[in-house]
Amino acid sequence: MESPPRAHAKAFRLPSDRWSALEIAFWLIPVVAFFAFPNYRVLGSQVLIIGLFAVSLDLILGYAGIVSLGHAAFFGIGAYTAGLLAVHGWHEPLSGLVAAAIVGAIAGYLASFLVVRGGDLTRLMVTLGIGLMLWEAANKAAFVTGGVDGLSGVTIAPIFGAFGFDIGGRTAYLYALAVVFVVFVVLRRIMHSPFGLGVRGIRESGKRMPAIGAPVAKRLRAIFTVAAAVAGIAGALIAQSTQFVGIDTLGFQRSADVMIMLVLGGAGRLYGGLVGAAVFIIAQDYLSGIDPVYWEFWIGFFLVLIVLFAHGGILGGLASLRARVTRRAP
Amino acid sequence: MMKRISRLLLATAFATLAFAANAQDTIKVGVIAAFSGPFADYGSQIEAGMKAYMKEHGDTVAGKKVELITRDTKGPQPETAKRLAQELITRDHVQFLAGFGLTPNAMAVAPVVSEAKVPMVISNAATSSITTKSPYITRVSMTIPQIAEPLAQWALKNGIKQVYTVVADYGPGIDAETQFTKTFKEGGGQIIGSVRTPLSNPDFSAATLRVKDAKPQAVFVFLPAGQQGISFMKSFNERGLADAGIKLIATGDITDDHVLEAMGEPTLGMITAFHYSSAHKSPENAEFLKAYAAANDPKVGAPNFMAAAGYDTMHVIYEVAKKLSGNIDGDKAMAAIKGMKWMSPRGPVEIDPQTRDIVQTVYIRKVEKVDGKLANVEFDKIPNVKDPGKK
Amino acid sequence: MIGNAIGVLFDGVAYGSLLFIIAVGLSVTLGLMNFVNLAHGAFAMIGGYVCVMLMTRAGVPFLATLPVAFIAAAIVGLVLERLLYQRLYKASPLDQVLFSIGLVFMSIAIFTYYFGASQQPVSLPPYLRGQIHVAGLDLGVYRLFLIVVVALLTIALQYMLDRTRFGSQVRASVDNATAAAGLGINVDRVFALTFALGSGLAGLGGGLGIDVLGLDPTFPLKYMVYFLLVVAVGGSGTIKGPLLAALILGIFDVAGKYYYPQIGGFVIYALMVVLLIIFPAGLYPRRV
Repeated sequence: MESPPRAHAKAFRLPSDRWSALEIAFWLIPVVAFFAFPNYRVLGSQVLIIGLFAVSLDLILGYAGIVSLGHAAFFGIGAYTAGLLAVHGWHEPLSGLVAAAIVGAIAGYLASFLVVRGGDLTRLMVTLGIGLMLWEAANKAAFVTGGVDGLSGVTIAPIFGAFGFDIGGRTAYLYALAVVFVVFVVLRRIMHSPFGLGVRGIRESGKRMPAIGAPVAKRLRAIFTVAAAVAGIAGALIAQSTQFVGIDTLGFQRSADVMIMLVLGGAGRLYGGLVGAAVFIIAQDYLSGIDPVYWEFWIGFFLVLIVLFAHGGILGGLASLRARVTRRAP
Repeated sequence: MMKRISRLLLATAFATLAFAANAQDTIKVGVIAAFSGPFADYGSQIEAGMKAYMKEHGDTVAGKKVELITRDTKGPQPETAKRLAQELITRDHVQFLAGFGLTPNAMAVAPVVSEAKVPMVISNAATSSITTKSPYITRVSMTIPQIAEPLAQWALKNGIKQVYTVVADYGPGIDAETQFTKTFKEGGGQIIGSVRTPLSNPDFSAATLRVKDAKPQAVFVFLPAGQQGISFMKSFNERGLADAGIKLIATGDITDDHVLEAMGEPTLGMITAFHYSSAHKSPENAEFLKAYAAANDPKVGAPNFMAAAGYDTMHVIYEVAKKLSGNIDGDKAMAAIKGMKWMSPRGPVEIDPQTRDIVQTVYIRKVEKVDGKLANVEFDKIPNVKDPGKK
Repeated sequence: MIGNAIGVLFDGVAYGSLLFIIAVGLSVTLGLMNFVNLAHGAFAMIGGYVCVMLMTRAGVPFLATLPVAFIAAAIVGLVLERLLYQRLYKASPLDQVLFSIGLVFMSIAIFTYYFGASQQPVSLPPYLRGQIHVAGLDLGVYRLFLIVVVALLTIALQYMLDRTRFGSQVRASVDNATAAAGLGINVDRVFALTFALGSGLAGLGGGLGIDVLGLDPTFPLKYMVYFLLVVAVGGSGTIKGPLLAALILGIFDVAGKYYYPQIGGFVIYALMVVLLIIFPAGLYPRRV
């Protein structure tokens, strides 16, 4: 029996959990950047944190196919949880992260019941509505949250008692990097597991999933909860490293920006959120210096271009390029 | 021990940085404000005012060149504001931070200037408590209670005893309502009703209907400048409240000089209290307006209170530089700032040595047509108003 | 008290009518092409700016600017549909959302560049200002005007949809585009004309609404929620659905702010979420 031709053998590969060389190289970049760009550590820490937030959106948008315009709700909930804990006397940062994750998960679980119903527009509106209502609630409860003026006085004790948050951003950067890496590894494991494959199956063909006995609604709720917990962790990180919580953490602008970052980087690839956040934030910082007004035009323009021509964002584009070069299926 | 060593290292690093910064021939001022997005006017006006000062007084002081480094926060984004402050201090080695059009941005930066001992001059953000967040913060603009209090006093003095308040439901609106109500009641006045309108939803028909039901002598209004003020006034006029003789009194940001012309005829006759009107008659204001026009592109638009505050911000910085002969040390700078008195384009002002906040005259103005254009014409004043929010 | 209740009802209906006229175009395009167009508000903005520019720079009377706003927005809609939108009819909802957000950002930046970021001054002609007294009630003239205009437009639209040939082509394409094409209906042309009509109506609504809603370049983002809300709650593809939804939302919004101002801001969002939970496909869902 002759072996099948080469082209067919490469048509389908089961997902494997082994770390590819590219992935290891990817994680070396922030480590090298720490030493190579010592004056940009604060920017770097924020890129990592918002990157994690974008990754959390990827779970529900890239993998489960839910278009949410209210994901910042969980980011803000995490930020306020960590912030309020610190303001009311609990200054230890790591437990603040855990608390934010738990509160985020609970909020995500409750919201998930509303989100699993209805078609795309309905889900979009429900997520948008939840986000807007939460903003109004945070504004009304200004005696707790500080309202539009924000929550100040978020003093964070040094991590492990030794590493205080310095003005140069050294501690913030390493803290963010460590947390983002650990959470990412966990998420990666989840998405490469049968559960993760099931979630992807829902996006690709939600109507057929019950036919193979996979519970759609339960899975959606689960992934939504996980995504909300991770968004909560990202929110807590921003609150702790900024030592302030603004009401903008819950706002529509944040939900819209993170979606743009994710699409820019490429949804459904887990790394897309990190890449997109890096490109978006760094470009915005650089271009703002040149001419702030036109940033809005160009980002809109690139968004239109990406949707029309560069489907799959940066990572998607790179993957097609690689496929063309090596003649493999992406 | 680790903590002490690292702090010592940091302090040494700062001292070296500060020394290095002062050994330069420039005085760098980091201007943090919104230059794009819905609050783009804030940054643009503040910078325009700063440029006006520098045009008039030259860009050198105490033998050193003054350089403005502007960074854009794009709006209320405290984490960005804090990062920009950190970068301006550690990378650009600025000796002053200025600007801050929005409260949350100023609040987030407070711990940074405390740690770095860099003087921070607020050119707009108006919440009372900001100056309490760090001993290195001073303000040259105004606070909301500082404007609401004299307005209430003026109303009582002029026969207005019953007021209905309508404010936007957010921090500044609530601050205005609280202060006005407090002062008005203390003076024997009656607040016969109040309503807080949602920040994002613009329809004022419900609010004006409630006012109509209550039939007060006057309505006290606080709304974000721009569209909401216009919408409210239209609704007010449409419902016939003006015709019924109900007066409209408000803090001056509603008739902001920059947008007054665009707001148009409905504003005529409106009585507001504020610390600066571009129609203020004084030689200093005339100089300011001339310098403003000379230093800026006409596209920047008409100058308003934020431009005047930007102008005064530079004044403070220049005076400090002169007093310290160009060697800016944070503590010495703050000592020089406390108690500073000067004649601003708005009138006489002083920096309160206790609170580091501004003490100034608040004017009562009416919108009238002057030379074919709308202007806030001052007709009464209350001098030496301190920020009551801190009393 | 009753007088006030009627006053609130009247204001609510006026507000709802305005939302309806802007959103109805979105409903039909969503129902027809299943395209989530978040940029719909940009067409309303175009209409608004056309009205303002004609009034302030050319001295054209307000009522005359309205048809021009309709036509201008319709033309822009037609051009964009042919060039860009039609490529994305089969794309995923996410792509459509992102594409339309991109267009929104671009439109905001363009309008900011040409017209500046501040509010545009608008003054209505004197005969549309003030109040009239009808049966012991004070009703705003402009709001009355809005209600009348929208009522007439709705009747005209429904007539067009029910009684004209074009209308039946639209209805057929909404129900089943493939079958409609199979019957020889030029579905592409129907899409293009419907999109143009929807955009034109948005432009008209933008012009009608500038006095109530204000006009600055962030208009599409500010009011995006409300248009989407009306269509999501009402159900896409019909005229009755968004009309009913707009009226309900408008009345509850104004009533909420009048009777319970403390929670006024929440009412419209909470009502939307509740209605969407009960009717996930809208009040008048698409007959799939």
